[in-house]
Amino acid sequence: MKADNTTIRVCMGTGGIAAGGAEVLDAFKKELHLAGIKANVEKNCSMHKVGCRGLCAKDVLVDVIINDKKTTYQFIKSEMVPKIVKEHIIEKTPVKDWVVGEDYHAFHEKQFKVVLSDCGVIDPEDIGSYIRVKGYEAAKKVLTSLKPGDVIETIKSSGLRGRGGAGFPTGVKWEIARKQDSKQKYLICNADEGDPGAFMDRSVIEGNPHAVIEGMMIGAYAIGADKGYVYIRAEYPLAVERLKNALSDARKNGFIGKGILGTKFTFDIKVKLGAGAFVCGEETALIASIEGQRGMPRAKPPFPVYSGLWGKPTVINNVETLANVPCIIRNGARWFASFGTEKSKGTKVFALTGKIKNSGLIEVPMGIPLREIIYDIGGGTESGKALKAVQTGGPSGGCIPAAMLDTPVDFESLAKVGSIVGSGGMVVLDEDNCMVNMAQYFLQFTQMESCGKCVPCRIGTKRLLEILDRITKGKGKEGDIELLEKLSSDIKAASLCGLGQTAPNPVLSTIKYFRHEYEAHLQGKCPAAVCKELLTYYVLEKFCNGCGACMRACPAKAITGEKKKPHFIDSSICIKCGACFDVCKFKAVAKE
Amino acid sequence: MEKTLEKILEEHRESEGNIISLLQDIENSFGYLSEDAVNWFSKKLDIPASRFFGVATFYSQFHFKPRGKNIITACCGTACHVKGSERLINGLRKELSLSDDEDTTKDMEFTLEKVNCVGACSIAPVIIINKKIHGKTASDKLLKEIKTLKSLKGGKGEGR
Repeated sequence: MKADNTTIRVCMGTGGIAAGGAEVLDAFKKELHLAGIKANVEKNCSMHKVGCRGLCAKDVLVDVIINDKKTTYQFIKSEMVPKIVKEHIIEKTPVKDWVVGEDYHAFHEKQFKVVLSDCGVIDPEDIGSYIRVKGYEAAKKVLTSLKPGDVIETIKSSGLRGRGGAGFPTGVKWEIARKQDSKQKYLICNADEGDPGAFMDRSVIEGNPHAVIEGMMIGAYAIGADKGYVYIRAEYPLAVERLKNALSDARKNGFIGKGILGTKFTFDIKVKLGAGAFVCGEETALIASIEGQRGMPRAKPPFPVYSGLWGKPTVINNVETLANVPCIIRNGARWFASFGTEKSKGTKVFALTGKIKNSGLIEVPMGIPLREIIYDIGGGTESGKALKAVQTGGPSGGCIPAAMLDTPVDFESLAKVGSIVGSGGMVVLDEDNCMVNMAQYFLQFTQMESCGKCVPCRIGTKRLLEILDRITKGKGKEGDIELLEKLSSDIKAASLCGLGQTAPNPVLSTIKYFRHEYEAHLQGKCPAAVCKELLTYYVLEKFCNGCGACMRACPAKAITGEKKKPHFIDSSICIKCGACFDVCKFKAVAKE
Repeated sequence: MEKTLEKILEEHRESEGNIISLLQDIENSFGYLSEDAVNWFSKKLDIPASRFFGVATFYSQFHFKPRGKNIITACCGTACHVKGSERLINGLRKELSLSDDEDTTKDMEFTLEKVNCVGACSIAPVIIINKKIHGKTASDKLLKEIKTLKSLKGGKGEGR
C-alpha cells in the first residue's frame, strides 16, 4: 500500500501565536507521536509553522493536506487537536464542524497574491522551504546572466512604485543611485512600520523573510552597493527574530557574504533596531538613527540617493517593495504590469482592521473598488451596523466616507478624495465611531511623535490638538472649524518633512466629509456618543428589571434603586465611565 | 553590575555598534538606563553623558526610572483605539491604583506602558503582559489575569 503524504501547517504569525498557535503545533506533535506517526522524521508526514495567512480573525488556522487534498480548519485550540488527528489524519474523515466556511473562501476570492504568495505556505524559519518554491532563483538569474542596467530596466518597465507611502518609481530611484560615482553605496530596507493600524511589513517579514533578503540582494547588485541595513521596529520581536535567523541561514548558504554564488558580487546585511520613534520612518531621520543620532529629519535636497548614510549614495526601499522584486525578475516586467491600473501597477498589501468582520491581511490588484475590499473580502462590518468611513494611510491619511466606497484603490484615486494609499493600513469605522474623536486620536499621535525640529509641526500640531480637545469636551467656539482648516493648510505648507506635511490630513478629511459632526459638537452633542464630556447616561425604565448589576459595577456609586425596581443614575455624580452600559444585559442603560 | 557593563562594552566594540544599540543593550540588561551605567560608559568611551541622554530622551523605548517586575504594555494603535483600548487602560489604572502621571506601582510589582502599535491589529484590542500578546482583550478577562499576577506577588517576574 502506498503511504499517504500528509502535511500539517499551523499559522504562527503574531496573530496565530497570540491565539495559541504554538500550543496547537505542540499538540499535533504529541498526538501524532502517540498515534505512532513520526512527523518531520519520515518523509510522508511533515508538519510546520507558517507565517500569516491573512484571516487572523479566525486564528488558529490549520491546514491538513493529505495527498494534495487541502482542508483548512478555523478557531483551532490545542484541545481540539486529538479529534483532528484521530478522525482526519488516521481515519481520513475531516472534522466537518471545524472546517472553514463560505466566508473564508469569499475572503480569498477577490485577492491576488504576489508578495504574499508564499506567506502562509512556507516555513519562514527554514531556508529550504523557500528554496523549494523557487526562492533565490531570481537572484541567481540576476547575478549570473543580467547586467545591473538590465535589472533596472526590468524594474522600470514593470512600473513598480514604492510601497512605503510616497509611491516613487523604484527603478528610477535605483537608476539614479547606479549613476552616482562613489565607491561606497548603501541599500537600506525600511521596516520601521510606524503607522498605527498597519502590519503588512511585519507579516511579510514574519512569513517570508528570505523574499526581502533576495529583493535586497537584487537591488544592491543593481545600484552597486555592498552593504545593506534593515531598519526594523523593536516592537516586532518575532519579525526581528525570524529576520536574523533568515540572514544567518542565507549567509551559511552563500546567498549573502563575499563572492556570492561564485560571482564577484559581495553584499552583506546588518539589522538595526528602531527605538520607538515614528518619525524614523522618514528616510533622512532613519539615516540619522542608523548613524546613532537623534532621529531628526533634515531638509531635502540632497536626497539620500545622492547623499545618504554617512554622506554616501543610499537607496531606501520599503519591505513590500523589495519583496516584489524577486517576483518581477522571475515572472517578467510585463506579467507584473498586467495587474493594476495605468499608473499604479501590480498589487498592494493592506491591513484590513477595525470594525470589519474578516479583519486581516489582504493583497489586491491596484485599482480594485474600495467597496469590493470592504464587502466581498471583508464581509462588511463586524456588528452589522452601518459603515461610516474607511480610514486609509494612518496618521498621514484620511477618512473616505461610506458614500464614496466606489473609489478605486490606487495612488491617484485615493489622493483625489483627500486620502492616501500610504503604507497600507485600512481601518473600518462604523456608526459608533466619532469622527472628531478619530481626528483627535491621530493628532495626539502626530503631536507626540513630532520630533520638534521645525516650528510649524512642533507648535502647529499642538495647537490643532488643543482645538480638537476643546471641541470634544463641548468647549468649542464658533469659528473653530475654520481655524482648524486654516491652521492645517499652513502646517502642510510649511513643515520640514512628511510627518508635518501630512499630519493635518485626518483633520482636513474629516471636516470635508463630516463637518456636521464637528458642528454637532459645537452645539454640545456627540452624534456617535463617544466623547465622554458630552454624554449623559440614563436608565430606560421600561427595560430595567432592577437586577442591580449596574449598581454593583458603578465605581462612582452614582446608581441607586431598589431590587426589582427601575434604577436611577445621578448624573451629577456619574463619571461617565460606561461600566453600567457594558454590564447591562437588558439594554436598559442608554447614553446620548 | 560592573561585570555586565564590561560585557556590554566588549560586545559593543566587537560589533562596531552605535550609541543607540549600546543604550538598547543597557536597557535590556537592567530594564532602564540608570545614571550610573550611562556615566560609566561615558568615561570608558570618552563620550559626554549628555550625548547619551540627548539620544536616549529622543526615543520612547528608553526608560530612566526602574520599572516594575511585571510589564503590562497596552497597544494604542488605531484598531485598538476604535475597539476601546482606552477603556481597558483606565480599568488597568484603577486596578493597579495608578494615578494619571504614574506608570509603576509603589511596590514595584507592575509597570503599565503604552505603545503606539504592535501590529497585531486584527486581534485588537491588544494587551501585552510580560511579553505575551493577548488579543481580543475583554476587561474582565484582563483584570482576572492581573489578579493572578498579584497573587504571585514576591514571585519571579518575567517582565524583562
